[in-house]
Amino acid sequence: MERLTGAQAMVRALEELDARVVFGIPGGAILPAYDPLFDSTKVRHILVRHEQGAGHAATGYAQATGRVGVCMATSGPGATNLVTPIADAYMDSVPLVAITGQVPSGAIGTDAFQEADICGITMPITKHNFLVQNAEDIPRTLAEAFHIAATGRPGPVLVDIAKDALQAETTFTWPVEMHLPGYRPAAKPHGKQVREAARLIVDAERPVLYVGGGVLKAHATEELRVLAELTGVPVVTTLMARGAFPDSHPQHLGMPGMHGSVSAVTALQRSDLLVTLGARFDDRVTGKLSSFAPEATVIHADIDPAEISKNRTADVPIVGDVREVIADLIIAIQAEHADGRKGDFTAWWKQCNAWRRTYPLGYDHPDDGTMAPQYVIERLGKVCGPSTVIVAGVGQHQMWASQFVSYEQPHTWINSGGLGTMGFAVPAAMGAKVGRPEALVWAIDGDGCFQMTNQELTTCAVEGIPIKIAIINNGALGMVRQWQTLFYDGRYSHTDLAKGARYIPDFVMLAEAMGCVGLRCENADDVDATIEKAMAINDAPVVVDFVVGKDAMVWPMVAAGTSNDDIKIARETAPDFEYEMGEVSSDE
Amino acid sequence: MSRHTLSVLVENKPGVLARVASLFSRRGFNIDSLAVGPTEHPDVSRMTIAVNVEDLPLEQVTKQLNKLVNVLKVVELDTDASVQRELLLVKVKADLTSRSQVLEVVQLFRAKVVDVAADAVTIEATGTVDKLEAFIRVLEPFGIRELVQSGMVAVGRGARSITDRSLRSVERTA
Repeated sequence: MERLTGAQAMVRALEELDARVVFGIPGGAILPAYDPLFDSTKVRHILVRHEQGAGHAATGYAQATGRVGVCMATSGPGATNLVTPIADAYMDSVPLVAITGQVPSGAIGTDAFQEADICGITMPITKHNFLVQNAEDIPRTLAEAFHIAATGRPGPVLVDIAKDALQAETTFTWPVEMHLPGYRPAAKPHGKQVREAARLIVDAERPVLYVGGGVLKAHATEELRVLAELTGVPVVTTLMARGAFPDSHPQHLGMPGMHGSVSAVTALQRSDLLVTLGARFDDRVTGKLSSFAPEATVIHADIDPAEISKNRTADVPIVGDVREVIADLIIAIQAEHADGRKGDFTAWWKQCNAWRRTYPLGYDHPDDGTMAPQYVIERLGKVCGPSTVIVAGVGQHQMWASQFVSYEQPHTWINSGGLGTMGFAVPAAMGAKVGRPEALVWAIDGDGCFQMTNQELTTCAVEGIPIKIAIINNGALGMVRQWQTLFYDGRYSHTDLAKGARYIPDFVMLAEAMGCVGLRCENADDVDATIEKAMAINDAPVVVDFVVGKDAMVWPMVAAGTSNDDIKIARETAPDFEYEMGEVSSDE
Repeated sequence: MSRHTLSVLVENKPGVLARVASLFSRRGFNIDSLAVGPTEHPDVSRMTIAVNVEDLPLEQVTKQLNKLVNVLKVVELDTDASVQRELLLVKVKADLTSRSQVLEVVQLFRAKVVDVAADAVTIEATGTVDKLEAFIRVLEPFGIRELVQSGMVAVGRGARSITDRSLRSVERTA
């Protein structure tokens, strides 16, 4: 049998597991692993500038490709710098494997140099984690880590490997036998429950397909389209599910939630049947939970049994892979139709269309002559087209990017939903571009977010990863500022990043300093030309500083902790539902 | 709120106790008592966890426990259909004048004296939570100098075993 070091076994295992890309930074404890990695022709290592960048890049890679993202760091500070991206991946169910070096096993527990108990630290934010102290355990543990990360409800898995295990001699055989007696990821959807769901759908008067990120994770978008068109039921896609159902589809009512469209939010509120597919009743979707969709019966399909009835009690729980669930549902509904039971949603559609017509998403151009951030984002989506992968940071720009770009294809929208991690966009866009080099990848970022992780543009320039960044630069922490405007009497405590100074930092010069092309656009008339100029550059990353006004706000909005019934379409302006209802009945 | 007893079969690996305990605290559950020890299978440990919760959050914590990769099986034991025991060691003041009275209480509760000193005795008692609480109440007037209690352990009544199938899965893949 072949003798090699634990480090060599690690690299061999990564090759066998088809890990084509690893984002990482070497350091003391992980150093033995980097020596054989230097020689690997199958695993491309991308040297990032900060471990947080490695983690988000692996997430962007995973979200764009559906494959497991891999990041690597040394012990202590290297490992703790991965904590934020691991927590981010946990919240958004991203298949991620984080490999960290650990101090030699004899030194564990002695507060050795660069020692941190990263398994203890990441216990509540990983799907599972492993501490490996024997070289012979390395290949099997990595196989288990990849298996756990990718199957069932995906999630991050951390593998912490002691330095002496990397250095020790061992043998290598492949494939390895996994030993996970307590891991039973997916159940088959229960036939009786599926039939009950089908019966409810054809009997309902006001049903909605409430579609979450699980539909993208399960690659069930084609099945979803068939189900939607078969039933004729309105569809809403959550922030994590943008792109799972084409925005241009006539049955799409938009995104629900705190900044969702009036039609999507209100359709859920007035619904009598929620067909919940891979969504988890997040507080940003439900608003005040006790007042959410009060008349709705709930069908809840999710691969994670713990999500069912966690926040909202499910009347028809279906545990299983949502792709199988939808496929089974289609058959069950066809059977209902064959028996002459078909839902009639004409009145419901009339209502939904009235909301959609009366309260479309929109924005005003500022009076002070500054550029509307929404306009920049809207043009970006239009000019670049529907196959562009858009990656957002967190805040106002993220919400506008979810509202004013039309998503037509799955996996063209990548963002940090659950954790809300500022600084996500630049490294995640890098990872997405590495995973899909043929795709046009634009990050839409805020100036606050951009200043958290822009160092990875250096990585992009050096490694030849030509992403494009649109900084929606309003010189402020815009979303926090919006809350201060609305809820703190306009007292802008520490949200003014530029303090009146223009161009600090000068993002164009900063981009150039990092080996990127820097462009600036301050005039609405120049937006299209600037985007086209950026599109023409393909041999370097491009950063466009779009200087916009700081007073724009994200609407509609359901204030935190309030009911979705209290949605506002502008400051102190609520939709006039009574009027709408009257209009609908007069139509009939 | 009501009292529930969970029997949790876990892989006998480092860190598993921390995973289970931290899951309870992270999801906002107070553990009344937790006991962990080996089973008939060397690779499997068994935890008995007593919690005071409503039914719905209990279902949630059970599901979360089942998601832990090292957890093999979670079973809720019905109080009426299971045997539940705790162990108590208590050091009670007992000089020449009070010792016989203390010993009488020990007899009544079918407890056992395990150590005697000139002015104190150490008593071992097992029983349900209720019995041990009553025992402590009766001993209190004599003066309790020190007291230690184990977490509760429990097993279902009858011939059926909750471990059979789980242990097979461990052995098959071992």
